[in-house]
Amino acid sequence: MSKTKFGSLQVDVDSMLQGNEPYVPKPEAFAKATEEEKASITVDRKSTTFWQDAWRRLKANKVAMVALCIVIIYILMAFFAPMFIPYRYDQQIRGSENLTPLTYSQKELELKEAGESVFPHLFGTDTMGRDLFVRILYGTRISMVIGVVAALIVLIIGALYGSVSGICGGRVDNIMMRIVDIIYSVPEVLVVLLLQVVLNEPLKNWFSASNSGMAKFMSNLGAGLISIFIAFGLLYWVSMARIIRGQVLMLKQQEYVTAARALGAKNGHIIKKHLLPNCVGQLIVTTCLQIPSAIFLESFLSFLGLGVSAPLASLGSLASDGLGGIYSYPFRLVIPAVVLSVMILSLNLFGDGLRDALDPRLKK
Amino acid sequence: MFKYCIKRVGIAVLTILFIAIVTFLLMNAIPGSPFATEKGVSPEVQANLEAKYGMDKPLPVQLKNYLVSFVQGDMGVSLKMQKNREVGDIITEKFPTSLRVGIFALIWAVAVGIPLGCLAAYRRGKVLDNVIRVLATLGVAIPGFVIATTLLIVFGVKFPILPTSGLNDMKSYILPCFSLGFYPMCYTARLTRSSMLDAINQDYIRTARAKGLKTGKIIFKHALRNSLIPVVTYIGPLVAYIITGGFVVETVFTIPGLGRYFVQSILARDYPIIMGTTIFLAFLLVVAMLIVDIVYKIIDPRIQLGKAGE
Repeated sequence: MSKTKFGSLQVDVDSMLQGNEPYVPKPEAFAKATEEEKASITVDRKSTTFWQDAWRRLKANKVAMVALCIVIIYILMAFFAPMFIPYRYDQQIRGSENLTPLTYSQKELELKEAGESVFPHLFGTDTMGRDLFVRILYGTRISMVIGVVAALIVLIIGALYGSVSGICGGRVDNIMMRIVDIIYSVPEVLVVLLLQVVLNEPLKNWFSASNSGMAKFMSNLGAGLISIFIAFGLLYWVSMARIIRGQVLMLKQQEYVTAARALGAKNGHIIKKHLLPNCVGQLIVTTCLQIPSAIFLESFLSFLGLGVSAPLASLGSLASDGLGGIYSYPFRLVIPAVVLSVMILSLNLFGDGLRDALDPRLKK
Repeated sequence: MFKYCIKRVGIAVLTILFIAIVTFLLMNAIPGSPFATEKGVSPEVQANLEAKYGMDKPLPVQLKNYLVSFVQGDMGVSLKMQKNREVGDIITEKFPTSLRVGIFALIWAVAVGIPLGCLAAYRRGKVLDNVIRVLATLGVAIPGFVIATTLLIVFGVKFPILPTSGLNDMKSYILPCFSLGFYPMCYTARLTRSSMLDAINQDYIRTARAKGLKTGKIIFKHALRNSLIPVVTYIGPLVAYIITGGFVVETVFTIPGLGRYFVQSILARDYPIIMGTTIFLAFLLVVAMLIVDIVYKIIDPRIQLGKAGE
C-alpha cells in the first residue's frame, strides 16, 4: 500500500476500513519528507499583496478605469495647461469683451493679419474680457484643491475620533457617539451658510492685522474658502468617525486579534499589523468619496454668491457669473456646468470602483 | 419602543437647542453693532437702542431671553430687507410657497423614483436596467443648479413653451419642481433598485415562486414591501435636500419663496432674518428626521430596539 502523500488532506480511509482495530500510524508516516514531497506543498505562484490584488480588481473595472483617466486628464489640464496659455485668469484683455468661443476681436484680427500669432479664445471671453478657458482651468484647480483639502480634514478628524471611540469603548464610546448623533442631525448646509456669513468679517480683519505667513496664505485663498474648510472640520467628519469606529469595534473582537494577543503580540503590533491594514480600505474609499461631495458643496455655495471670492474663480462661481447673461451667452454657463458635472461624476465612479476593489464584500 | 422614542426626542430637542445656541453665539460674534449706520449714531442713541432691544445685558441673559421669545414665536424684526417687519411674519408669508414647490418635488421624486428602481431591478442586466442606471448615476453627480439652469436655457431660450420665472399658474410649477426633484428621484431609483435586488435574491421569494404565485404578486406583495424599508430612511435626508435645493432652484427660477429670501438676506447680511430662518428650517428638518426614524422602527419589526444602530 502506498504511503499517503505528505500534506494531503485526504483522510486515510483504508486503515479505518480494516476492522475496528485502533489506527496505529506506521513508522513510514514519521519518515523525513523527501525534497520532492516538500516541493509539492510550496505554492507555485507568487503571493499577491493586498494592494496588487486591489489594483488587479480595479483594472478589471472598465468604468472605474475610464473615470480614473478622466480624473488624471483633469489634474494635468488644471495644473499644467495654464503654463502654455499666454493669458492669466485675472487678465482683462481690452477690446476682447464678450467673445463667443473661437472668435477674435478686431484688434486681435489686425495683429493676426500683421503676421503675429494670437492664441485663440477656446471658450470665448467674459464681460470683462477675461479668457474663459484659462478661468475654467483655474476654477477646476480651485475646486480640486478644495475637495482634496476638505477630504483630508475630514480624514484626520474623523479617523482619530472614530478610532479613539472604538478602542476605548464603554462609557467613553457612548458619550462620544451621542455627540456624533447630535452633529449628524444638524442640517449641515444651513450651518455652512451661517458660517460663511459670520466668519467673513473676523477672518478678513485677521488677515489684514496679522503678518504671519499663514495669514497671508489664507488671505490668498479668501475668507469664503477658509469658512468652507472650517465647516468641514466642524461638521462633516461624523460619517468618517462612524465608519472607522464600527470597523475598529468589529476588528478588535476578531479571532485573529485574540490569537495574536494569545501569541504575545504587543498592542502596537496589533494596531500596525491587524487593525490598520483592515481599516485602510475604508479610510481611502471614504476620503475619496468625500472629495466630490466637497466640490459639490463648494459649487453650491459659490453659485449662491458665497464661497470663493473674486477675482479667484471656482467652477460654481463661473457658472453663477454665467447665469447673468444666460439669454445672450448660454455657453458661459453651460461650459463650467459641464466641466463640473463630468468631474464630480468621474470622481464618484472612481470612488465606487475603488470601494469595490478594496473591499469586495461591499459590492452590490 | 417607548424608551426609544423618548431617547430620539431627547436627541432632537438637544440638536435644536444646540443649533439655536450656536446660531445665537455666531451672530453675536460678528463685530459691529446692528445699529451702526454710515451716518454714525451718537453713543447715547446707541445705548438707548441697545437697552430697548435688551442688548446691554450679559450674554447668557440675552441668550435666555432670545430662546424664550423664540419659543413664544417672536423672532425679532428685519433690519435691512423689509425694515422693522417681524421675522415670524415674513416666514409665514414666504414659507407656504416653498412648501408647495417642495411637496410637488417630493411627490415626483418618490412616485417616479420607486417604480423606476423596481423596473430596473426586475429587468436586471437588460437594456432598460442599464439605461435607468446610467440616468440615475448621472442624476446623482450633476449639481442641482446645473439641472435648473439647463432647463432654464432649454425652455427659456430654445423652446419657450413653459414659464421660467415666478409662480403664477400650475404650468409654472413644472420646471422648478422637476429640477428640485431630479436628484432625489435618481437617488431613490438607485436605492430602490439595490434593495429590490437584495429582496429578490431572498429565500422567501424563491418559495413564493415555487408555490406558483404570479410575478406581479411576488414583486408587489413580497419584494417591494420589504425593499421599501431602506427607502423610507432616505425620506429624512430627502426633506433636507429639498429645503437646501430650494435655495438654488428658487433663485434660478425667481420664485418668491423662503429659500430665495434666505439667500438674499444672507447676501444683505440681515442677521435677524438669517437667525430666525436658520432655526426655523433646522427645526423643520430635525422634526422630519425624528418622524422618519420612529416610523422606520414601527414598520420594520426586525430592527432591534434599545441597542439599535450598531
